[in-house]
Amino acid sequence: MDDRIITALGAVIGVPLLLGGYLWVTEQLLARLPRRVQPTVRPYVWVFPAVAFAFVFMVLPAINTVILSFLDRRGTTFVGLDNYVFFFTNPDTIASLKNNILWLVFFTGFSVIGGLLCAILFDRIRYETLAKTAVFLPLPISAVASSIIWKFMYQYDPPGAVQTGTLNAAIGTLGFDPVAWLIDSTTNNFALIFVGIWTATGFAMTIISASLKSIAAELLEAARVDGASELRVLWTIVVPLLLPTLTVVGTTLTIQALRVFDIPYVLTSGAYGTDVIASQMFTRLQNGQYDRASTVAVVLLVVIIPLMLINIRRFRQQEEIR
Amino acid sequence: MTAATTTLSRPHSATFTGQASRRVRRLPLHLAIWVIMAIWLIPTIGLFVNSFRPIADMSSSGWWTALFPPSRLTIESYQTIMETEGVANSILNSLLIAIPATVIQVVIATIAGYAFAWMNFRGRDVFFLTIVGLMVVPIQATLVPVLKMFNAIGIAGTFLAVWLAHTGYGLPFQTYMLRNYIGGLPKAIFESAEIDGASHPMRFWQIAVPMSVPVIAANVIFVFLGVWNDLLVALTYMGSSPNRPMTVIVTQLVTSFGGGWQFLTAAAVVQMALPLAVFLFLQRYFVRGISAGAVKG
Repeated sequence: MDDRIITALGAVIGVPLLLGGYLWVTEQLLARLPRRVQPTVRPYVWVFPAVAFAFVFMVLPAINTVILSFLDRRGTTFVGLDNYVFFFTNPDTIASLKNNILWLVFFTGFSVIGGLLCAILFDRIRYETLAKTAVFLPLPISAVASSIIWKFMYQYDPPGAVQTGTLNAAIGTLGFDPVAWLIDSTTNNFALIFVGIWTATGFAMTIISASLKSIAAELLEAARVDGASELRVLWTIVVPLLLPTLTVVGTTLTIQALRVFDIPYVLTSGAYGTDVIASQMFTRLQNGQYDRASTVAVVLLVVIIPLMLINIRRFRQQEEIR
Repeated sequence: MTAATTTLSRPHSATFTGQASRRVRRLPLHLAIWVIMAIWLIPTIGLFVNSFRPIADMSSSGWWTALFPPSRLTIESYQTIMETEGVANSILNSLLIAIPATVIQVVIATIAGYAFAWMNFRGRDVFFLTIVGLMVVPIQATLVPVLKMFNAIGIAGTFLAVWLAHTGYGLPFQTYMLRNYIGGLPKAIFESAEIDGASHPMRFWQIAVPMSVPVIAANVIFVFLGVWNDLLVALTYMGSSPNRPMTVIVTQLVTSFGGGWQFLTAAAVVQMALPLAVFLFLQRYFVRGISAGAVKG
């Protein structure tokens, strides 16, 4: 049998056994300690693997990245803010920063609005499950596969030639000239962002729909009996009640928009002015520019910190309710 | 759901003509919904149809031509990708990366989740708030130092490196989910077990784990698909190793072929077949994982 399969099998069986053994051995050792000390020590034994992983793979590397961003390429000499000066003066990084802002506004905005719209519309029909499945379907598809899917949608053939791209063929039947969606700088960022929206709307819809179903039907009926129009009911009752959910979905998608990587990387490799911060970071990392790569990562981290604090605060509020 | 739908049908419009006029009024609603469904389904259907057409046809006519005879369906693309260097091997790699990474992550997270939920200790809140904060930290912020570490200990490019990295990146969220679920189980059960003399390992193994099966199942699916679909982690830590998963191989093929990448339709179908099957058959668990993950990125 293949060596790799044996290794993988070993991990699948070995790791749970190892962890079980770890708990068993420490439990034996704990038994020798005074009874009063046991409950003080045991919790640390139990959370140790998870906390160790968090420190080794997230906390310490993140701190290290911040340090690297103040050093030169070899990581030996302190260069002050040089890398940051480079980041904020280099046309490539500035362009990628601008693209991330486009992602932030349009990807987040349209996915949330699209999700809300789908949740509200689908709530009124009998084939709700079918409609939801259709919109949800792209979610489990990897960015790599969706990028290939959309390469066919956006395929460009010169005017006069047979259009093999779905979108260009469609606008062709309406009499328009084909558009090089992924190359033309007026359309390409939006073309990429739409692939993101296509994936994320199902996510937004699912969460918003769950929250929509929890609104009491009597409340809406009362408003309708009082003569409020459907639109008014939506705008003055449903949307305000959904606001906390919309914020949660919005924050999640904002984080996704900031660290988006796969879609631009696979569809355009960041060419034609479609680069984003995360792909900038990756290209520099591959070229061995560890100082510049780290600086880009730190900028990304700093932008995300406020969202992290919002998350922690929301968690604390939830805990108080519990 | 039924409650919300019934409120829409007003009782006094239930006459025959009333029903007909209601149907007309609701026509734009149905139209809008069918348009949305079409936009969301057509891209995937297009790819699927194309993957069964001759490779030459894909670049000379649109996929919709195959909907009318002569369709000329073939499995040429599938044969081509299986003969393409590294593709068949990468499918196995994807499984060998995703299965262990999932097992390691979920086991560690369940143990920690139980401890955070039912044990009292100094620093518990600080540790847990750190974990909540780490859920949104972009992994980009860790790539350079972790890659250096893997190079230094000589495991870059191995399965072990990718298992460990995925575990590290996924654990905060998994721990958070499991702690919330296990912490929400009825307190009385744990207390009476304690009075009966059940130790923590017994309470964990005989109460917490069996009662958490639905959420553990949801997590297993969620983590597995996340790793199966991952590009960035494997791309960074695998380099040009023969252990690269399918996402990396397909991406490298897409970006290296200027034209003539069309045969990769089959690769995309193969890559997404497993996630879609999981989604269609285990939708309930999958949706649960997604909803609970609302705070995550």
